[in-house]
Amino acid sequence: MRFASTLYALVLATALSPASAQAPTGKVTVLTSFSKDVTDPFKKAFEAAHPGMSVEIQNRNTNAGVKMLEETRSANQVDIFWVSAPDAFEVLKDKKLLQVYKPKASGIPDKIGAYPINDPDGYYSGFAASGYGIMWNERYTKANKLPDPKEWQDLAKPIYFDHVSIAAPSRSGTTHLTLETILQGEGWEKGWRTIKEWSGNLRNVTERSFGVPDAVNSGQVGYGIVIDFFAFSAQAAGFPVKFVYPSVTTIVPANVGVVANPPNKAGAEAFVEYLLSSAGQEVLLDKGIRRLPVRPETYAKAPADYPNPFKDPSLGGKVTFDSNLSSARTAIVDTLYDQIVTFQLDSLKAATKAIHAAEAALVKKDNPAARTLVRDARDLVAKMPITAEQAVSPDITGAFTGGKQKTTRQAELERQWAAAAKAAYSEAEAKANEAAKLAR
Amino acid sequence: VATVSDTVPVTTRRLVAAPAPMVLALLIALFLALFLVIPVVTVIYVAFTEKGSGAFTLINFYDFARTDLFITSFWNSVYVATMTVVIASLFALPLAYLTTRFEFRGSGVVQMLGFIPLIMPPFAGAVAMQLIFGRNGTINLLLDDWLGFKIPFMEGLNGVIFAQAVHYFPFILINLSAALRNIDRSMEEAAQNLGCQGFRLFRRIVFPLAMPGYVAGASLVFVKVFDDLATPLLLNVKDMLAPQAYLRITSIGLADPMGYVIAVVLIIVSVLAMGASAWLMKGRDYATVQRGGGGLARRPLGRGQAILAYSVVGLILFLVLAPHIGLFLLSIATVWSFSPLPDAFTLAHYTRVFAESSVFIKNTLLYATLAGIIDVVLGVAIAYLVLRTKLPGRHWLDWTASAALAIPGVVLGIGYLRTFFGIKMPDGTSLASFWIVIVLALAIRRLPYALRACYAALQQVSASLEEAAENLGAIKHRTVRRIVLPLMMGGMLAGFVTSFATAAVELSATLMLVQSTSDAPLAYGLYVFMQSPAGRGPGAALGIIAVILVAVCSLISNWIIERNQHLRDTRT
Repeated sequence: MRFASTLYALVLATALSPASAQAPTGKVTVLTSFSKDVTDPFKKAFEAAHPGMSVEIQNRNTNAGVKMLEETRSANQVDIFWVSAPDAFEVLKDKKLLQVYKPKASGIPDKIGAYPINDPDGYYSGFAASGYGIMWNERYTKANKLPDPKEWQDLAKPIYFDHVSIAAPSRSGTTHLTLETILQGEGWEKGWRTIKEWSGNLRNVTERSFGVPDAVNSGQVGYGIVIDFFAFSAQAAGFPVKFVYPSVTTIVPANVGVVANPPNKAGAEAFVEYLLSSAGQEVLLDKGIRRLPVRPETYAKAPADYPNPFKDPSLGGKVTFDSNLSSARTAIVDTLYDQIVTFQLDSLKAATKAIHAAEAALVKKDNPAARTLVRDARDLVAKMPITAEQAVSPDITGAFTGGKQKTTRQAELERQWAAAAKAAYSEAEAKANEAAKLAR
Repeated sequence: VATVSDTVPVTTRRLVAAPAPMVLALLIALFLALFLVIPVVTVIYVAFTEKGSGAFTLINFYDFARTDLFITSFWNSVYVATMTVVIASLFALPLAYLTTRFEFRGSGVVQMLGFIPLIMPPFAGAVAMQLIFGRNGTINLLLDDWLGFKIPFMEGLNGVIFAQAVHYFPFILINLSAALRNIDRSMEEAAQNLGCQGFRLFRRIVFPLAMPGYVAGASLVFVKVFDDLATPLLLNVKDMLAPQAYLRITSIGLADPMGYVIAVVLIIVSVLAMGASAWLMKGRDYATVQRGGGGLARRPLGRGQAILAYSVVGLILFLVLAPHIGLFLLSIATVWSFSPLPDAFTLAHYTRVFAESSVFIKNTLLYATLAGIIDVVLGVAIAYLVLRTKLPGRHWLDWTASAALAIPGVVLGIGYLRTFFGIKMPDGTSLASFWIVIVLALAIRRLPYALRACYAALQQVSASLEEAAENLGAIKHRTVRRIVLPLMMGGMLAGFVTSFATAAVELSATLMLVQSTSDAPLAYGLYVFMQSPAGRGPGAALGIIAVILVAVCSLISNWIIERNQHLRDTRT
């Protein structure tokens, strides 16, 4: 293999040596998951503010970006890593793929909502904030005569059955944080109960974050669980969509960090400083971007009814987000969701539908025995294969790290979880059907 | 010479007699090893290692067999791939038969339009199909308004089958049409003289003679659908094998072997399917000697027949072009949300795209053309080695090249980064960031298409023609150049066009390998646009540009080759 690659290099070297030239100085290479709507205005503004410098945007989804930095670390070509999910920065930090840089910009508070804006070790800095919530298509809800939801729990109501969409948390850093916020806000058992109750109403689980707002925008589904700027930028583009922050939400910073051994260190630092400067923060108010600035004074220039987490205490104040706990169990929470919801969606939906039907029958004609059966069915749906303590136990976390020590295999755990969930859902469905018969 | 060769052992004689094929085979093997086998093995060897120790093990395959989800996924994939072949055949057979067999006005246009579904840019296709056929797409909204019911075109496995059949049926159409044109007219005339006609003539004579083309197309469709991950994922179907592999490799299961185990299973099934199609053709002779007839006789259609034929063709074309109609509407729409048609129309998206994306267009043409040429050269060479020589191990070239079909693009992308990133170019940048690497990845990914087409084309050329040429004193090289290649031209063109067109819209491997926007192809630009609400229109516009561009280029290459062939025919 080594020999073959060397041989190939030699062949190419002789054939093509005069062809390409050294990259020009003054280029800052930015690896980002943000769309053109976000990167273009920043690129323009930064280049205008720093004549002689240019920004090269490389677009990847967050996971692919992390993978690329890992695979190319031997000769890194990227200066800046620029994505939403703080978890991705934690992963890169652990792998020593980021460089410490403490921005010189002043006037940025330590916290937004309950969340620290910057990494305490200085590997990455927050430049904008986002919260999670529910967006919906007004034409869709009007045609189907559906009410506007306010809280996560609202989405569990029977009327929303088959109308909701979410991105798989294993695929979307933002959905992962939404789940983690609910789990931390309500506790492991109760949180999962809430999550599974509205998950039973899901129309589908997409594999891209943007798949959810896309489906809501085009009216293929009614409601989406999304990060706020997806809804704001859709509104700016003219789509008939609305958005609400439930009270259990958290405002989390989107971040920027300098990659270890950047080809253009001075340029990278200038880019970070620009993002945090007053001018850079105002770009966030652009109608295609619409994110929450981390500088409180920038909100003075924002349009009316722009959410302001520094003024509005209900935004993200309720939950103190523990990012250590979150990153310790990221893989476990995501895999659990995939195995007991994403891949079991049909049986979960069947059970949920049966429970809804039984409860509707009970409203018409009460029956104590049926009531107990429905309660049992709900408990069965909510039952978790592992406890909060087990979720962070070394044997289980070890199965997901691929490390050197021998643990249970990931595939084994997944099989157990999926089988337990499937059995519980079909038992719940049976009980709910029995209850419906009794109440008839 | 005869006495000498009688005394030399058989194998040695072959080596002495055929040094050129031997060298050719070694060069191809080297190419495949460097750009396919080594990069892929660096990624998927994990499937055979034990967690913790890294020792060789098969326990992961045991886990695979015991996991409900994977077994369900496996059977779902088999079901979807098989049904797609059936539905795609239903689309392709009438189009191919009517346009080659009858005096059908506009048959060129039909052939051309029938090819377009293959050029469906990533993301754009599924978005457009949802807008037309989705739960709240144009057709269902209208049905619901007028008749009060909806048809679940796009739901679950059936949705995947529908979308895949629309997307991939041109593989059958192209290969089958090429094969039908190659059939010797005298075969048909002989059958007719013996009293055979109508459907019986088609079933007993025409279709069996076109078998190599049909099987080449059908096996491509089967394997392609079996290994495709984008369409199921965009329709939110996850319990199929390829999506499972992709989801695991790109998210939590990065360190877990199961994703790679699935990749190995995909590769094995693909190779088996290709092997089965070769076995099906084995021991039969499809070659025709006489080439003057120029394919089947075209018959006129009666009035009733014509109406029926045009309605069938019209309906099929509407179904398979619906995604492109949707995409076009999207590209000129302001807002299109929960309504049968967009709210209003605009040309602003095209203005934006033209201002920003000309570099993508240039790169795409360059990369796809190079990849297409590499594929046809390799395809002809491999087909020739397999069908016309007795080199030991020649089938391995075929199988290895075909296995590329089953390698998920991201696996190939990561493999390239691992293998080539450490190699420095003379100016200090990495080899992996050089754009040629994108071309090679595209060529490897699309090689199976060109290979199948060239293979089928050569199967229809009788070896006796070459023998005749050699008897008349032509050397091997000259025989290949003057006899074999011209006779294979149609199949080679089909191979080039499929490779070129599909490479032009490939994303999954490129996404890992694009290192700077100035080297990026169109599909990448489209991906970037399609990630934001305001980018949907420009993304669709870029998609339409891609489709037109690829279609025009294919048309031009078709025209050039046909003209050359015509010139040659008139000269002789």
